[in-house]
Amino acid sequence: MEASPYAIPSRKFTMWLFIISDAVTFGAFLFAYGYLRVATPNWQRPFETGSVINVIIMTVVLVTSSLTMLGAVDAAKLGDNVKAMRFLYSTMALGAIFAALHIREWFQLFAKGITLSSGLFGQTFFMITGLHLLHVISGIIAMLVIARGYSRATLTPSHVETTGLYWHFVDLVWMFVVPLVYLTNISH
Amino acid sequence: MATAATASGNVIRKYLPIYFVLLAIFFVEVFLAFQHFSTATLVVLLLALAVCSAGLGLMYFMHLAEEHRNLLLTLIPVTIFVLLMMNMFWSDSVRLLHMRPFQQ
Repeated sequence: MEASPYAIPSRKFTMWLFIISDAVTFGAFLFAYGYLRVATPNWQRPFETGSVINVIIMTVVLVTSSLTMLGAVDAAKLGDNVKAMRFLYSTMALGAIFAALHIREWFQLFAKGITLSSGLFGQTFFMITGLHLLHVISGIIAMLVIARGYSRATLTPSHVETTGLYWHFVDLVWMFVVPLVYLTNISH
Repeated sequence: MATAATASGNVIRKYLPIYFVLLAIFFVEVFLAFQHFSTATLVVLLLALAVCSAGLGLMYFMHLAEEHRNLLLTLIPVTIFVLLMMNMFWSDSVRLLHMRPFQQ
C-alpha cells in the first residue's frame, strides 16, 4: 500500500484542516478590523492601564495553559494517566480563569457605555473577542469530554493530542487579537 | 510508571524556553504600545511580532516542525495565500464602492 504523504493519522489531519479554515475566519475578522482601525481618524481608545494589566494576566494564563496542554499530551502518549488528567484539569482551570477575566473586561467596557451597538469599535471588538471567547469555552467543554472519555479508557491519547492542537490554536489566535485589538487602542 | 512520569516532566522543561520567548515577545509588544508611533507603524510592528509568536507556537507547541514536511508545505503556503488574497479583496471592495455610480 502506498504510504500517506502526510504520515499523520486522519483525525489529526482533519483537525489541521479545521484549524486552517478557522485561521482564515479569524483572518477575515482581523483584516476587516485592521482596515477600519487605520482608516478611521477618531477611533475610540478605551483601554487604560487597568485593562492592559488584565490583558497581560490573561495572556500569561493562556500561554501557560498551552504549556500544561503539552504536558497532558505527552503524559497521555506515555500512558501516565494520572499525570495526563492532572495536566488536562490544570489546562481547563486556566482556560476558565481566562474566560472569567475576559468577561470581567467586557463588563468594564459595558460600564463605560461600550456595547456591540455603540459604534465601530464596539462592533469589531465584541465580534473578534466574542468569537475567540467562544473558542475558549468550546475548548474547555471539549477537554472535559475528552478527559472523561480518556479516564474511562473509551478515548485514546490521540484524542488528547488532537484536542491539544485545537487548544494551541486558540492560544495562537490570541497572539494576534491582543496586539491588534487591545494594544493599538490604549488611551495615552 | 516512574520513567513515564519523569519523561512527561521533561516535555515542560523542553518547551519552557519557547514559553519564555513567547512571553518576552508579548512584553515587547506591550512596551511598543506605550510608545508614540503612528497607528499604521504600530500595527505593522505589532503584526510582525505576532507573526513571530505564531510561528513559534506553530512549530514547537503544535509540533509542525516535527511533522512530515509535506504537511507544512501543504498547509502554510495555502493559508498565507488566502490571507494575502483577503488583503486584495478588502482594498478592492472599497474601490468598487467608490466606482459604483450613485443613484440620482
